[in-house]
Amino acid sequence: MSDTHAESVLFVRDTMLPEKEPPSSTVGIMGWSRSNLFSTWVNSALTILSLLFIAMLLYRMVPWLLSPTWSAASLTECREMFAATGEGGHGGACWGVIRERWQQLMFGFYPSDLYWRPVLALVLLFVALGPILFAAYVPVKMIWFSMLYPFLAVWLLWGGSIWMPIAAILGFVIVAVAFRVLSSLIIPALALLTGVVLAVLWWTVLAAPFAGGVHSIIPLGIEAVQSREFGGFMLSITIGVTAIMCSLPIGIVLALGRRSDLLLVKAICVGFIEFIRGVPLITLLFVASTLLNIFLPPGTNFDIILRVMIMVTLFASAYMAEVIRGGLAALPTGQYEGADSLGLDYWQAQRLIIMPQALKISIPGIVSTFIGVFKDTTLVSIISMFDPLGLANAIRADTAWNGVYWELFIFIGAVFFIFCFSMSRYSMYLERKLQTGHR
Amino acid sequence: MSTLTDPPAASFKLSMLVYDTRYRAITFQIIALVAFLLFFGWLALNTAQNLADLGKEPSFGFLFEPAGYDINQRLIEYNSQSSHLRAAFVGILNTLLVAFMGCVAATVVGVLIGVLRLSNNWLVARLMTIYVELFRNVPVLMWIVLSMAILIESLPAPRDFRGEDPAATMSFFDSVAVTNRGVYIPEPLFSRGLGDFPIGGAFNISLDLIAILIVLGGSLFVRNRIAQRAEAQQNATGIRPRTWHIQLGVILLPLIVLLAVLGFHLGYPVLKGFNFGGGTYLRNSLIALWLALSLYTAAFIAEIVRAGILAISKGQTEAAAALGLRPRRIMSLVILPQALRVIIPPLISQYLNLTKNSSLAIAVGYMDITGTLMGITLNQTGRELETVLLGMLIYLAISLLISAVMNWYNSRVKLVER
Repeated sequence: MSDTHAESVLFVRDTMLPEKEPPSSTVGIMGWSRSNLFSTWVNSALTILSLLFIAMLLYRMVPWLLSPTWSAASLTECREMFAATGEGGHGGACWGVIRERWQQLMFGFYPSDLYWRPVLALVLLFVALGPILFAAYVPVKMIWFSMLYPFLAVWLLWGGSIWMPIAAILGFVIVAVAFRVLSSLIIPALALLTGVVLAVLWWTVLAAPFAGGVHSIIPLGIEAVQSREFGGFMLSITIGVTAIMCSLPIGIVLALGRRSDLLLVKAICVGFIEFIRGVPLITLLFVASTLLNIFLPPGTNFDIILRVMIMVTLFASAYMAEVIRGGLAALPTGQYEGADSLGLDYWQAQRLIIMPQALKISIPGIVSTFIGVFKDTTLVSIISMFDPLGLANAIRADTAWNGVYWELFIFIGAVFFIFCFSMSRYSMYLERKLQTGHR
Repeated sequence: MSTLTDPPAASFKLSMLVYDTRYRAITFQIIALVAFLLFFGWLALNTAQNLADLGKEPSFGFLFEPAGYDINQRLIEYNSQSSHLRAAFVGILNTLLVAFMGCVAATVVGVLIGVLRLSNNWLVARLMTIYVELFRNVPVLMWIVLSMAILIESLPAPRDFRGEDPAATMSFFDSVAVTNRGVYIPEPLFSRGLGDFPIGGAFNISLDLIAILIVLGGSLFVRNRIAQRAEAQQNATGIRPRTWHIQLGVILLPLIVLLAVLGFHLGYPVLKGFNFGGGTYLRNSLIALWLALSLYTAAFIAEIVRAGILAISKGQTEAAAALGLRPRRIMSLVILPQALRVIIPPLISQYLNLTKNSSLAIAVGYMDITGTLMGITLNQTGRELETVLLGMLIYLAISLLISAVMNWYNSRVKLVER
């Protein structure tokens, strides 16, 4: 059969032709732009519109942004500079305000010779976060520094006698010791409860006299700074970091409570979470600024920053609880049953099996809650605290800078953007790192 | 030989309350209850003591006293002689107004940006990514203050509209005036209106509005019936009768007749002296708040929409194409119904967030419930406890209402699973 075929055909190719180059319109920059920018006429129109938009934006923005006003000492001086270059009016950015006031935007009214303290606290924050953020690359022992860090940071920021933070740490030592000693005698939960009660007694009754007494014998301390001198990004970061740190454990407890079989515990947790999530943060800040002193024993008058921190923490924990509840719900039932079949009790199962997986699933939600809390710290400007936005108003109240809007907003917005954007990128990195290929 | 002995008689010992898992749960709950009650009792005692020290008695009587302050943006009649209660009510309506406008605008912009982010046009997709990242990573309060500053700085003042050769002109055939004090748009007027209907002597409800709503509701009902009959006919015969023009007529005709009967016309804003008169006046603060809230929330909604569309597997699109559906029908019949299931729940929480964020109105002086009840009323009467608690309750009620409505909608679009 093949013979007949061979006879009837004059020419049969027995070698492959060499590959041809693809048409020049489908490769290189031409091909790329044809498939990505001009594939259909709608796409072409969109591309041209976008290009026009970008060009117009750059044409307007770049000369404005690049105006050489770095050395100006007031808005009037800026205007004189524009008049001299023939641009007239408010023809460019007046960057002098940033040069003159950036320290204030960063630190508020913190004494300028003590700026090293918040800076050191921020640097140490990253050191303390090391064992948590980059667990693979940091020695495990560093976790002790992370646990000490909160006390160190408070001491660095507010200053005062070193014996106060030490007295606070002693409270936790009391919890640990009581738990160790008692857990062999009674069940762990009761031992922990007893420890906590003892520690609360220590903090409320004995800690202050202890610190005062020791300080009068061995005076060790640094210059104290009042809370009202806090401001700018330092205030935002202080409130934000505190709320973030405290809201995670409280959120875990609330989420567990909400999924608990104990009806009453569940009811309390649901009530708390739904109440907090149902009201705006600003109303909670009003509670902090006006009501909290009414709720507490007569004569208590504690710091406004502390009050705000408490309310922001409560706010963040309710959201955190919902995020973690989502993670717990997403975990297959087999994991819970597997933990039970290994004979683990509730807390062991949570610690060893459930939480590591549930928290991993919830990472995106947790980080976006963090970002939300950090952005929400700007709300304190409404109860007249000097966060960056509050300071921007204060700077405008100065006659030299009356009328400066954009420069301040761009600076503040850029700093917030850098913080929040890097947080979201880190969460993506963490997600990729913890990805095990199965859920 | 082994003998079976009865298990020891179950005698209750006090230690079983802690060690026996049967009783432990009850013990812990009782401990929790006692701790909870003690805590709240402690708060209540402190509050009573503190209020007694300050010489204040908790009462809501102040709500019925004259407020004595003006509210410039309002939906119902209000003057400075009205009560604090009415001021609070104006505030609630303002909150709902900006929340509603914001939700609508945020949904439109958000869906548009979410879809464009998935566009196969590289440049457009990048631009939308920049938009989303820019708006998500900067606090909403800054966007609110910024848009207020933009409105005040960049728009012409009303006096620029004056004179022979004005620096600014009204847009849309002299019907809309955009000024740095706010936007004036034409207002609907009725020359043969039905008047107002007072409820309890406190609120007037426009009878014109009620008539329009009744007629519209009736038309929609008839339209639904027509659609149902068309559906039934299609099921029976396989041919769907053409009804869209009848449906359109049923909705439009009665409405047009009613408006003609009522003498509907538009009242245009007119420049009087140094400011505009007539027309509906949307203040700067409302517009700035609306813009900032909707653009900010749109960035989040865009991500939700994008995630929802990406969650539908490509096989669905391909299967629909294999059935011979065209791209638009694939989107509306196959992708969107499934994507909505993923999109709606997070969308609800974005609506809630927008409503709660509208409390930042106080930063630009828009008089919502935070500005009236928890702002000026609080400062004038000095009743922190009552006003703040009442304000929180109102927000809680609004939030619960929105989530109830949206959950009802969610249960309707939710696909029935096996």
